[in-house]
Parts: sequence; C-alpha cells; structure tokens
Amino acid sequence: MLQKASPPTLREAPAAREASVKHAEALALYRKLLLVRRAEEKIREEYPTNDMKTPVHLGIGGEAIAVGVCHAAPPGARAFGTYRNHAWYLAMTGETDRFFGELYGKAIGAAKGKAGSMHLAAPQHGLIATSAVVATTIPLAVGAALAHQYRDEPTLVVSFFGDGAVEEGAFWESLNFACLKRLRILFVCEDNDLAIHIPTSQRQGFRSIPDVVRGFRCHVMSGAGYDLRTVMTSAHTLLERMETDPRPGFLHLTYFRFLEHVGPLEDFHAGYRQKPSPDELARLDPVRRFEQALREDGVTDHELEALRLSVDEQLTRSVRAAQQAPFASPAELSTDVWA
Amino acid sequence: MGLATRTTFRDALAAALADEMDADPSVFVFGLDVSDHKRIFGSTAGLVERFGDRRCFITPLSEESMTGVAIGAAVSGLRPVHVHIRADFMLLAMNQIGNMLSSLRYMSGGQLRLPLVIRAVIGRGWGQSAQHSKSLHGLFSHFPGLKVVLPTTPQDAYSLLRAAIRDDNPVIFLEHRWLYDVEGEVDRSRRLPLGEATVRRFGKDLTVIATSWMTVEAMKAAEVMAKRGVELEVVDVRSVVPLDEATLVDSVKRTRRCIVADYDWTFCGFAAEAAALISHRCFEILERAVERLGFAQVPCPTTRPLENLFYPNAVSILRTAEHMLKLEPADLSGESFYSHEQRFKGPF
Repeated sequence: MLQKASPPTLREAPAAREASVKHAEALALYRKLLLVRRAEEKIREEYPTNDMKTPVHLGIGGEAIAVGVCHAAPPGARAFGTYRNHAWYLAMTGETDRFFGELYGKAIGAAKGKAGSMHLAAPQHGLIATSAVVATTIPLAVGAALAHQYRDEPTLVVSFFGDGAVEEGAFWESLNFACLKRLRILFVCEDNDLAIHIPTSQRQGFRSIPDVVRGFRCHVMSGAGYDLRTVMTSAHTLLERMETDPRPGFLHLTYFRFLEHVGPLEDFHAGYRQKPSPDELARLDPVRRFEQALREDGVTDHELEALRLSVDEQLTRSVRAAQQAPFASPAELSTDVWA
Repeated sequence: MGLATRTTFRDALAAALADEMDADPSVFVFGLDVSDHKRIFGSTAGLVERFGDRRCFITPLSEESMTGVAIGAAVSGLRPVHVHIRADFMLLAMNQIGNMLSSLRYMSGGQLRLPLVIRAVIGRGWGQSAQHSKSLHGLFSHFPGLKVVLPTTPQDAYSLLRAAIRDDNPVIFLEHRWLYDVEGEVDRSRRLPLGEATVRRFGKDLTVIATSWMTVEAMKAAEVMAKRGVELEVVDVRSVVPLDEATLVDSVKRTRRCIVADYDWTFCGFAAEAAALISHRCFEILERAVERLGFAQVPCPTTRPLENLFYPNAVSILRTAEHMLKLEPADLSGESFYSHEQRFKGPF
C-alpha cells in the first residue's frame, strides 16, 4: 500500500504525489509509535534510580491502539483514559518535556507534579483526564459527548479503557446512557486479557465482550490492537458507520501486555502466564510489525534509523531537563484546589 | 433591592433554577424524576415546559455514572445541576464524588474547571428510616475540593442556589424536606455569596451553631428560653464549605458558651469540627466546654417514637442550654413544639 516515494519533481504525477503524502504520513505515524515505545523504554532504564517516584503502568505491546485511534480520529477529538496513559499523552501531544517533568514530579510537569504517571492529561491537546480508579473516566467521556450534542457540535469523544473496566457498573451505566442518547462517542476497549494478574476467563461470566455489547444500540467492531493498520482501518470503518447512522461506536482491540501490571519489569517468572516464544513476541509487537510493513512498502532502514535517532535525541533531552528541573514550590501544595 | 414576594422554599428553588437557565444556556438540570409529574416535590416545576427536554431531563437509575456525566459535561464547558430526591442515593455516586469530582482540578494542576451542582433532598418523618434520612454534609465536607451548602430559608434557597450554579467549583446543595413548605420573603435581585454564615437571632447568653433544620429547632428553643430572660444567639451555618469561621467565632466570643446543633451524626461530623474550632479559638473565654447535639449514633429508626429519640430538637437544645447556664429545667408543659408531622402526612 505505502509506496517508497521518488524524489519529488516538478513533473510529478498526481499518483506519485499521493504516494509521497502516504509515505510522509507513514513515517510520521512510525515516529509517533516509536516515541511511545522509546519513552517507555527510557522509563524502564531510568526507573531503577528511584528518582521517578510515581507508579508507572507501561503499555508496551499496546502502543498501536493509542497511535492508530488518535490518528483516525478527526481533528479536535477529545479523549479520556486510564492510568496506562503514556501512549495517549504522547500520541496526542508529541511532546516529552512536560511528560518527563511530570514523571519526575517537577514544576515543569504537565500538572506541576500533582498528577504523576497515573493521572497524566493534556486538556489543551484534547486528552482531558485519565484516572487510576478503573472505569471512572468512562462516564466523564459520555458527559463530554453529551455536552457536544447539547451544543450541536460534531466533536468526537473517545473513551479508552481496559477489559477490566467492563466488569464495573459504571461501564454498563455509561454505555446504556450513551446509546440511549445516541451520543457521538467511540468506546475503545483495550483488551489485554488481564486485570492486574487475573485473566478474563476467571472474571467474566459472558462469552465475549463484543458479543455482549452488541445487545446495545451501537456499532461494534473487533480487531487486533497490536497491528497499527488494523487499528486505523477498524477505527475508520467504525467512524464512517457512526457518521451514517449516528450512534456510539465500540471498538474492541486485543493486545499483549509485555510487562508487569505496574513497574518497569517483565514478570513471566511469576507464573500466572506463559512467556510467548520469540516468534510470537515479534508477531505481537506493534512496533516491529509496523517496521516490517514499512519495509515491505519500500521504506529504507536508513529512514527508520534516522527517525530512531531523532526520537532518542528528543527523549534524552527531555529526561535530562526533567532531572535538572526544580520541584514545585511549597506554595503549590495549596493551589489548584479551587477555581 | 428588588421587590420581595412571599414564596415557599420549593418555589424559591424552582425560581433559582429557572432564572439561572434563563441567564445562561449552559445550565441544565437532570436526574431521576426531575421532569415527571411530581418534579422533585415541585422544586423543578415548570423547567421542562420552559426550557425543553434538552435542558431538563430524566436519567437511567445510574447515580455513579450520571455524576460522571455531570463532571464530563462540566469540564466541557456546561453547568450541570444534578438532582437526587434523597441525599442517601448520593452514596451510589461516592466513587465519582470522592475520587473524581473532588480531585480532578488538583490532579490537572489547575487546568480543569468543574462548575457543577449536585442538589439532594434530606428526608425525614413518616418512616423515612435509615436509607432516606441522611444529610451526609460531614462526609462530603471531608473531601477537599467540594463546597457544601445547606440553605434554611426560602431567600437562601434562592440566592445560594444561584450562587452555587454560578460557582466554578463543585457544590453539593442539601435541602431538608421539611423546609420545602416554609414560606418567606424572597427578593430575586438579592445576591448572596457562598461561605457566609448568618446570625438568625441575637442573644448574649449562649450561641447555638445550627445547620439546616436544626436552625428551625434552635429558633424555637431561643423563643422559649427568652420567656425566662435567657437569650440564645442562633447562627445558621448555611455553608459548611467554605466555612465562615469568623461569624461563628465572633458570636461565641460575645456569648462565651456554645452548643453545636448539627443535622447529622456528631461522631466525626461537622459538630466535632465546629466544637474543635470554637474550643481552639475561644479557649480563653469559654465558660463551659462546647456541647454537641446531633443524631443518635444509630441508623435512623422507622417508628415515630424511636425516631423522636433519634433526632435532636428544640427541647434537647434548651435542656442543654439550661445545663450549661446552671439553670433549673423549665416546666415546658405549656409549650407547643413544632411537630412537622402535623403537616407532613407522607408518604414521601
């Protein structure tokens, strides 16, 4: 699909120009995907110094969902999410100074150190709120969608949550209300089959999440969340259906959580799940999958390497700035309680 | 000053909602029963006819998520008013109230604003029992980030509800069911800020700090005590958060004696908070230790004789005052105390 662009010339044919745009778009997507992956790898490297005093829920293995859905969403879309939020923050802002500032609890952080990893948000970029209590932002997303409907605005709201949230009453209450009111909201269930360490088979008394949700008046799709192009195609299709028949959308995307629930390490030794074979891990790795797809489409290793260098430079700069930045002043303890 | 008209508490609430909805298209009212034929005891009367069902609508029975919906709408620029016919039902929403509403602005480093009001009715009498009688203002006030308001008069119901809706912070607005029938002068041009207590009756001998319905009981106690020349000062707290500490402290500095008569359990409640405040700030001049009156430390019973023992009232206030003033208990046989059940026939 994606073509390697020849150097643009004045006599470039329209098809070639289109291919060139796709090429640039693909590289931009890759950079975003890589930014998320490398930022979390940076966290894994730095975490043992104990300077980043915030519980980190790393999303390695799930990056394509945030990157793909945010890419497919129309401009101006607003999102709400969970404590496993780094990918949405980075995909929606592209910035890492305030990101690492927040993880290090510094005054330059996105919330001056009052949010930490678990409550990262960037309202000015559309990521309104994330939360460390499962399912709590789902009704907020519905409320935002209600506000847009109230004002006759076409704004899309995206609600990201995990498979565990589906067991909370707030999920069903929110889905019910959104369907009742036919709100313009895309529910995205990031299904890694685990709530902390417990698999879905030990938690859910129904056959499948999408099957149950199909009982509601909304559009439902399911797919492989570890494949960026599948995520984008599914999101696009669902958004088109939501356009022609205005109802909420429910996108169920599976992925493999590479690391422990919280913290920087692998935890296959704990015995609650099997470590997949190297081939299987490669198949489930959204970054490697997309790199492979890009190569098949003609992107050169040189181009990929240049992006890696650029991402790593950005991250190194941001981490250093965050480490050197001052903490919030004592007066900050009491600010931001009241408007 | 505009013209004051005689209005019931319930009509004052409905007028405040209508006036705010009229003034600001971002204000909407939602909750179970808000547009059914009973209209939350009349307090949402006329809204759906005047503003349509986009701005006044009923919801599924989903207290937690509807609270989240209000938060989501508020951070998106609207001013929701979410209504519960009993404060007890807000316990279903405590996850959203305690984990989200109270903390989101702080966690966002001040980037989010949460201009929303949660109205709830405090039930009493005709067997409301343990699940339809709580006021919970102590619980809500425990969380930093929530304003907690308890109006007592129709004027306060009107002016404080308008102020609550205009406020850019979350406000929990608790209305005692028995106050709904109270009539008073309401001047719709009168603005009142949140966070001002008021002295309902001046007196030199003892201060009664009262919340919600206990203000009515305290006024009755003061009336009876006045017959024997004892003057109680009655301070209506009106807003637990923000708390007008100055008005409370100034009053006790004049009277040197204080009863906190709270419409809640005393244990770990507002009465304890107010008693600590007064003890600390008036320590040097207090004649007696601060006394606290509130619910008996049991769930609210259903049957009337036990329920009578559960609630503090004018008699318990004046008996406590007599004790603090070292007076012989007065003969109250000739007194007629307020029994709301003479007017309130239920069922709800």
